[in-house]
Amino acid sequence: MEEETLYATSNPLYGGSLGKNINCWRSLSTCTAKLQESSVAKLQGIQSSQRRLLGSSAYELHRNDSFSKLSLEDIDYFKKILGEKSVIQDEDVLSTANVDWMRKYKGSSQLLLKPRNTNEVSKILKYCNSRYLAVVPQGGNTGLVGGSVPVFDEVIVSTSSMNNIIGFDNVSGILVCEAGCILEKLDSFLAEKGFMMPLDLGAKGSCQIGGNVSTNAGGLRFVRYGSLRGNVLGLEVVLPNGTIVDMLGTLRKDNTGYDLKQLFIGSEGSLGIITKVSILTPLRLSSINLAFLACNDYLSCQKLLLEAKTKLGEVLSAFEFLDCESMELVLSYLDGVRNPLPPSNFYVLIETTGSNESHDKEKLESFFLHSMERGILSDGVMAQDMNQASSFWQIREGIAEALMKAGAVYKYDLSLPIENLYKIVEEMRKRLGESAKVLGYGHLGDGNLHLNISTPVYDDTVFELIEPFVYEWTSKHRGSISAEHGLGLMKANEIHYSKSSEAVHLMASIKGLFDPNGIMNPYKFLPRSLLSQHKEDASLHGPEI
Amino acid sequence: MKILVAVKRVIDYAVKIRVKPDKSGVETNNVKMSMNPFCEIALEEALRIRESGNASEVVIVSMGGAQCTDALRTGLAMGADRAIHVSTDQYLHPLSVSKLLKSLVAIENPGLLLLGKQAIDDDCNQTGQMVAGLLKWPQGTFASKVVLDKAKSTATVEREVDGGLETLCLDLPAVITSDLRLNQPRYATLPNIMKAKSKVIKKVTPEELNVEIKPDIEIVEVNEPPKRKSGVKVSSVDELIDKLKNEARVL
Repeated sequence: MEEETLYATSNPLYGGSLGKNINCWRSLSTCTAKLQESSVAKLQGIQSSQRRLLGSSAYELHRNDSFSKLSLEDIDYFKKILGEKSVIQDEDVLSTANVDWMRKYKGSSQLLLKPRNTNEVSKILKYCNSRYLAVVPQGGNTGLVGGSVPVFDEVIVSTSSMNNIIGFDNVSGILVCEAGCILEKLDSFLAEKGFMMPLDLGAKGSCQIGGNVSTNAGGLRFVRYGSLRGNVLGLEVVLPNGTIVDMLGTLRKDNTGYDLKQLFIGSEGSLGIITKVSILTPLRLSSINLAFLACNDYLSCQKLLLEAKTKLGEVLSAFEFLDCESMELVLSYLDGVRNPLPPSNFYVLIETTGSNESHDKEKLESFFLHSMERGILSDGVMAQDMNQASSFWQIREGIAEALMKAGAVYKYDLSLPIENLYKIVEEMRKRLGESAKVLGYGHLGDGNLHLNISTPVYDDTVFELIEPFVYEWTSKHRGSISAEHGLGLMKANEIHYSKSSEAVHLMASIKGLFDPNGIMNPYKFLPRSLLSQHKEDASLHGPEI
Repeated sequence: MKILVAVKRVIDYAVKIRVKPDKSGVETNNVKMSMNPFCEIALEEALRIRESGNASEVVIVSMGGAQCTDALRTGLAMGADRAIHVSTDQYLHPLSVSKLLKSLVAIENPGLLLLGKQAIDDDCNQTGQMVAGLLKWPQGTFASKVVLDKAKSTATVEREVDGGLETLCLDLPAVITSDLRLNQPRYATLPNIMKAKSKVIKKVTPEELNVEIKPDIEIVEVNEPPKRKSGVKVSSVDELIDKLKNEARVL
């Protein structure tokens, strides 16, 4: 019988009334009980299903009961192989680790493990695989699609204790480090050597490189340094059965066999745990210029992008845009932020990075002049020192934080042809009218829109107007329903909007090959119905490959 | 009334500086440089005074090698009317800067000389005071508020001092140095950046100004501050007392 207990919360997002259409956290009253004090019987009382109204559709998610439940013997075994300090059952730590950054997804894991090296990870996975214990790999827990937190009582395996930098070659710029290194710390380390990380995102102070690689993170400098698929030279991974696979090459070119690391990049923890990364890092060039510009309409933004690519060419390192609704939100909810320009319809942030200050300034000035003469630029300011530059970035990077402060947020990350990119924002505004604020901003240089809908509280009627419309619209315009955030739990059943069924079937076969017991990050990434179907087929007929 | 503002090009405030291996100074190669933040504030104040109608022209001056023009271009982009570059490759200590400013004041005849209270590279906090002494002008340093009275030809300056705020009334012409809370400098807008390209930067040399640069200070050595030692866990009260007595010597 399903046990449903309302999670008492003072969170204003969740209203107060009980009712069929309310979105609220339903959690166990038992989940916070300390494991040593509770009996195994209480463990069995773990809720077997949760209503997932915030996910892609209002369906009921059931715990896969072929997964074992954690027992006291399991805890003892982990303590034996990892030491007491790395086996965490503390309520406070678990309650943080069970919730994602957006506070939208909450699990009920009873156990957090913090291995200190690859061997420990291997022992953990080997044991969990043999015991049919589900596992969620967790890095900085900054993901935006619910992929980094448990859905039910999966064991959380955190990479936070594996944060050593193993080596750096300051001629080639190749960095080798453990998966738990925080992105910002890596960047500071490289800064002293005259290099930098090839990716930069708002979460840099918390996100870990292993997580970045597992989600194939994009970020602000994608337009200049490209994808992690190009910059990652090698990985060391642990497979679900505990096998350690060393693919930690540090070579730019190595055409020997299938490039297996590409499977792990972007696999969101579904094929194994990444334990080490070797990555190519670009030189940190000294001439950095940042301009905050205003455009009257979206068409001007597009023309400005083309103009920037033509006139600034190789020195362009970031091209971001935000609409006036985004600017207004940031100004209302963040302290110490001011609009450098008079109010405008669209704002564009352009950064150039080069090795010659005067050369870059000349290019920029010619670009500005040309754009102003053609009327595609209505106003702009240039940062004169690093403080001004970081205040410009704070506006763009602060939008996500402002959205969190403003209330409930429905977050979509779409890749679309640039001509149509803003149309979805306008259509969504028409659909939702007064009931929500619709914001559009993002990496215009990569054709990546961050569509965000802000409401005071989560509301089913609003949600039903958004999904599946936004996915259908994106699919119709041959875009991607997840440009860089990944699928996670939020879009686990939506992949068909952007990939053919043949491709998805092949993905399920690969998953079945690497993780036959399905213990790695279950319920996420690929459609559950497909995975269970593949498992059935495999058990009846043997693996297809 | 004309306002003369002195600006200095320094290592950007946000850069992590490193001492050169030969300890002769700080590494400036390939390091981001920008206008001294206090000079920016001084220039912003000058521009506001001009915009309120109390001044007719804002002239900026910077002294040093060819790259000074970067700071001058920034100043012109913020809205200064014209710029002067005192060109020299010699190291300029505050006294030399003050003597050069004195000569420029004789040529330009400004009613107000605005400077930043100190430069963030040497932290001298001397130029404003010295030039006021050389000119025998009144000075209002560490200004957090400046109000001009055109009719009476005075400036009322609120100064940030250790005990609080001190308000002075100065007869013009006077020297005022800016402190952090005086204002928030404007951004350089694109139209102004474009206009700045056609504004004049006049080049002069110390010889033309009849000033002899005689360095009377020699920098002997530059060292990093001692690295912070990591903390130590003690295992007993006795060990703590022993360390406090013998290592920290506070007991």
